[in-house]
Order: sequence, then structure tokens, then C-alpha cells
Amino acid sequence: MVETLEQPDAAAETDSVTGDEAMPESRAVKLGVRDLSISYGGVAALRDVSLDVYENEIFGVIGPANAGKTSFLKTLNLMDSFNSNMQVEGDIEFNGRNIRAIKNVYGLRSRIGVVFPLPVGLPLTIYENVALSPRLRGIKDKQELDIIVERSLTRAALWDEVKDRLDSLGSLLSGGQQQRLTIARALSQDPELLILDEFSIAVDPVTTMRIEDVLKELKSEMTIILVTNLVQQARRLANRTAFFLEGECVEIGVTEELFSGSVKDQRTRDYVEGKFG
Amino acid sequence: MFIESALNVKNQKVQGLFKALFMMMTILLVLPVLIILGTLIYKGGSVISLDFLFSDPTNGMTAGGIFPALVGTVWLVALALMISVPLGVAAAIYLSEYAGDNWFTRFINLAIINLAGVPSIVHALFGVGAFVIFFGFGTSILAASLTLAIMTLPIVIVATRESLQAVPMAFREACWNMGATRWQTIRRIVLPNSISGILTGVILEVSRTTGETAPIMFTGAAFFLPFLPQGVFDQTMAMSLHLFVVSTQVPGVPEALPYGVALVLIAMVLIMNSISIAFRMYLRGQKKW
Repeated sequence: MVETLEQPDAAAETDSVTGDEAMPESRAVKLGVRDLSISYGGVAALRDVSLDVYENEIFGVIGPANAGKTSFLKTLNLMDSFNSNMQVEGDIEFNGRNIRAIKNVYGLRSRIGVVFPLPVGLPLTIYENVALSPRLRGIKDKQELDIIVERSLTRAALWDEVKDRLDSLGSLLSGGQQQRLTIARALSQDPELLILDEFSIAVDPVTTMRIEDVLKELKSEMTIILVTNLVQQARRLANRTAFFLEGECVEIGVTEELFSGSVKDQRTRDYVEGKFG
Repeated sequence: MFIESALNVKNQKVQGLFKALFMMMTILLVLPVLIILGTLIYKGGSVISLDFLFSDPTNGMTAGGIFPALVGTVWLVALALMISVPLGVAAAIYLSEYAGDNWFTRFINLAIINLAGVPSIVHALFGVGAFVIFFGFGTSILAASLTLAIMTLPIVIVATRESLQAVPMAFREACWNMGATRWQTIRRIVLPNSISGILTGVILEVSRTTGETAPIMFTGAAFFLPFLPQGVFDQTMAMSLHLFVVSTQVPGVPEALPYGVALVLIAMVLIMNSISIAFRMYLRGQKKW
């Protein structure tokens, strides 16, 4: 695909694109990524990505399959440590602290909520699915757990559908409900950063729209990174968007600008206009 | 359009032939079990009574019951389980949940496979050398159970590892992402969902241990000892060895007696297996994903 493009030297130019360039006004940086490279057994999945994610924004990441989006997400909460085949270089700062210097990786992970492409209903009751994270943090008080469970399920737009059967198995819910259960579970962590990896793949359009509404509200309380292969979803939700292609962060910009055609790289224009991907 | 061609007819005939062949093989498989059981019940059923189960052998083992052997087998199996289950389950959890795929774990896996392939008489001699002589336990229930435990360890490890790995990886990753440690993930998600497989493995181990003769012959089982064991350093009679003795070593045993002993022994194993199957069916009905 890239071979057919007219600007063969574009890659070299965009290597150093950072969020700061794309959004000049200064805002608190929640997550800073510097020169991040990821490879699996010597095969590069992501090369020299630098970007900033600001507090209380929805940061979209778009790009076709194999762009390195999921690998990128895995490094943000140090999940790469579970995969010995995965080599990571570069620095990631969360709240201004280098995450590789943080000794309490469990504490870091509990501040970052993650939602996977396919819903993962743990083999527990609906209640226990959502109460698991608070329990891991040591909360035992039943009333406190009740409050967290109700609040998380309500925020994930699932409470009304399941409030009468909290004791049935979470894995028996429908796909769309399970995905909202997964989101409720992530919210029960009270995360500072919420990461969604193509959350709408297995979800019907109506549920997708409901979840998108939820995300717009959550933005006031947390920072959200939204990885999506639906370009229009990024357009609807993201304040700023990064375009990943074949392990390279081609461009970062204010979402509306990217979609209205003021792009630096022809490949970005082609992708958001649907010419490939 | 639907008229059968010669090829259709031939295909259907061949298909019928193979179906019959496979069914015959399956029936052949069940036949030995039925014949063994039938023979034992026919020839040994007459000696089975409460008195036979709960009294000592008398007249140089040519009469009386099998109580000491029955109790001895329970001792041996119970102690062997107490040793091998914690050890095997812990090892399997380590191999499945903690260890990476490197030369060390591959070496351990190879060792486990080889341990499963060692003939039981070799285990017996190892037991004599290690537990009876080197550790100085003497011929005792402890030495015999340790030998049995080592012999059946691979069953526990393999069964546990397989049921742990049947729990989807996505569950673990979801937990890790939440900030759970590996142990929290194991305790809250992995173990509760693999316990059925682990218990099935344990019950299989019981039935295997119950019937073993060679490993206990030199390490703790007595030829004739009409007393109940008082502790783990005592010798004891055992069902499997008792069967061997009354079948081949003692003159003048009435024909029905060895068959009766065999019937009790096989009944113990079958009962354990049935419990295992029923339990597995029950838990499978409860499967949560």
C-alpha cells in the first residue's frame, strides 16, 4: 500500500512528530511517550513513537491492522513484562514518572483501566466481576463494595439491565452486555487512564453508541485512549488523533483538522478518506 | 436426479462396512472388562460378606477375612495422597502459571514424562534404596507411601497442569491488567475454575495407587500381619499384595478366596472411578464459560 504513495520520503519526516507540535497550547500531560520502539523477537512492531496524551482528553489512535496499536497499549501498563518475546525501548511517563522506574507495577496497572476488543466476562457473577478490582485493592466492606458495583455498572450503562440478576454469571450475558460489564470492571478500578482497544468489534451499533455517550461523559473525570479501526468513531469521540501505520506513528493532530484535510502526510488523508485500510 | 449410481451404492456399502468394523472394535474393548468382572463375581462372589471384609485372615490365610489388608491399603493410599497431591499440584501451578518456556522448564517436563514411564519395579527398588535404607524409615507404611507417591506424581502434575491450562488466557490477562498479582489471579480465577480437573486427576491417582503391588512389596507391605497398623512406621498388609500371596504363595487356599480378594480390590478401584466420572459430569454441568 505504502509503495503506491507519491511521497517516498514522508516516513523520514514524520519520525519525530510529537503531540506538542500538533496541539500548541500547554495542557497537563498525563502520559508522555518518548522514542518508543517495540519488537517481537527482532521483528519491529512499532518504531520511534513519541506522543503526549493530555489530561481529560480522548486520544484516538487509528490505523489498519498490524499498525502496532495493540502493542503500543500493552507497554503503557507494563503488560509487556508478561511476554518475554517482546522487547521495548524508549521511555513512558505516567503523571510525569517513568513507569519503568515504578516498583509497584500493580499499583500502576490498577490506575489504568483496560478494555479489550473481545469482551472478557470473568467466570464470576456480575457482582463479583465488578467487585473483583476493589477486592484486590483490599476493600472488604460489603456496603462499600455495593456502592462501587452500582456506580460502575451505572456509568457503564448496564445497571438497569442487570440490577435484578447481579448473582448470575457475567459470562452468560450477551456480547454487548459483556463488553459493558468489562467497561464497568475497568471503571471499578477508579482509573486515571482508561484504555479501550477496539471495544466495538463485537458490539452491536446501538450498544456502541451508548458506550460512546458514556465515554464522552467519562472524559471529565479521566483520560481516555481510544484505539479504533473505525475512523468515524475516532472522529466522533477523539479530541486528538494519532494515525499509526505499519509500526510508525505517521501523524498526530487535532481530530477535526485531520478529518477536514489539513494533514501533513498524504497517507493520513488517504486513510481517513477510506482509500485504504 | 436422485437415482443412485453404482458409485453411490459402493460408497454406501463401504461406509457401512467401516462403521461395523469400528463398532466391533469398540465392543471388543469392553469385552475383557466384562469377562473379568463376570468371572470374579461368578467365582468369588460367594465369599463376599461383611464378615469377610471385617475379620482377620485365619488358618495360615486359607480362611477368614481381609480386614488388615483393607485397612492397610487405605493407610497406604491416604498417606501417598497426602504427600503427592500438595507436591504435584504446587509443581503444576509453578510450571503452568509462573515458569516461562525455557530450557529449565523443558527439562522438568521431560523429567516428568520419564518419571511416568519408569516401571513400577524400578520405583520399588528406588524406594528400598532411598526410603527404607538411606532415610532409615525401614520397611514401613511411610516408605511404601513415599514410593507410591513418587510413582503417581506425574499423574497429578499432568492432570493439574492440563486443567489449569484449560482456563482461558484472556481471564488471566484481564486480571493482570487490573493490577492483580499472579497469585491473586490464580487464587480467585484460575484455581476455582480448574479444581474439577485437579480432583479428577487425584481420584485417578487413587485408583492407580490402590492396585499397585511391586512398589509396596519391598518397602512396607507385609506377607502376613494380622494386626492393624498403629502408625506410619509400622508395616502393614495390603490388598494387592494379599491377592498375590493367596493366589500363588500359600498352599491349600480354597479357590473362591483369591477371587473374592480380587473382587474387593477391583470394586474399590471401580467405585473410585465412578465417583470420579460422576463428579466430573456434575462439575461440567456447572461450567462457567
